[in-house]
Amino acid sequence: MYVIVVGGGDVGHYLCKQLLDEGHEVLVIEKDAGKCEHIEEELGDMCLHGDASEIAILNKGGISRAEMVIAVTGEDDNNLAACQIAKEKFNVPRVIARINVPRNEKIFAKLGIECVVDAVYLVSEHIKAETMLFPLIRLFTIRDKGLEIVLVRVGKNSPAVGKPIGELSLPLGSVVSSVICHEVESQIPTVDTILREGDELVCLVPSENISLFQAIFRGS
Amino acid sequence: MGCGRIGAELAHLLDVEGHKVTVIDVDNASFDKLPPDFSGMAFLGDATDEEVLRKAGMEQADVFVAVTRDDELNAMAAQIAKQIFDVPRVLCRIYDPLREDFYSGLGVEAISPTRVFVRLLKERLEG
Repeated sequence: MYVIVVGGGDVGHYLCKQLLDEGHEVLVIEKDAGKCEHIEEELGDMCLHGDASEIAILNKGGISRAEMVIAVTGEDDNNLAACQIAKEKFNVPRVIARINVPRNEKIFAKLGIECVVDAVYLVSEHIKAETMLFPLIRLFTIRDKGLEIVLVRVGKNSPAVGKPIGELSLPLGSVVSSVICHEVESQIPTVDTILREGDELVCLVPSENISLFQAIFRGS
Repeated sequence: MGCGRIGAELAHLLDVEGHKVTVIDVDNASFDKLPPDFSGMAFLGDATDEEVLRKAGMEQADVFVAVTRDDELNAMAAQIAKQIFDVPRVLCRIYDPLREDFYSGLGVEAISPTRVFVRLLKERLEG
């Protein structure tokens, strides 16, 4: 697949390497000459120096045959411009934008760019997981299905303690897919699996029901 | 949005004509370009932030004009004004002439100063 990556910073550079390893044809468009040079030294002749919001540069990069455009610069307005032009003007089938300011997710969706990756949110969720201070961590979002894969810890005195999974009033569409216990071996749960304080559950939850779901496991 | 030379001058002219004008910019020092008798409002903040725009009175705006030096920023703010706040008239400056038509197709009035100036130069040369 021919993929154009907009932005040759750390994310763009790393992504590019991974895409090449998978056998894809990749072009990076980067404004900074120094970054271009750095990428070309390591990965070969595959970087175009210029502004990917400019139609002339996109044409030079062969945008009309690109099957995917991924915009990962540190500037949300640049990512939006590159994705909108790729999608609306050149009919690129798939566009993905990194957003650096979480509030922009809604704005991008409203302006026709639905597939966004929120860098701040993702890094924060991973750090939250490492701290062990938060009862619920969002591991992954399955955007087109409106689902989240979450890791939730059964809190002290929470409504779930001592109950079998089958008796929990989980919000509609939620699935507990595994239970990680600290004393016994982790298991694939059944309706009879009894939950204990400190157990960790990997679950699939509809995005709109996250807070309802969290309340069942919240300690006091 | 954007209190550079163009933004400040436009704000001043509209203010003199009796319109209610608010200028938004991220740089406090940029407001020094407004004349001392400017009776409109200078609002410090990022015009791609919905909350900032709301506080600046965007919901009542009849016209929004984006004239920072940055094409992409102008395009984003202009689209927020049009699509989220439903501002009746939205204008933005897009230096890149090839993109002027593209953004015009997205419902905002994009003006390329490059194209305007080239036309002017050509007219002078021919006149």
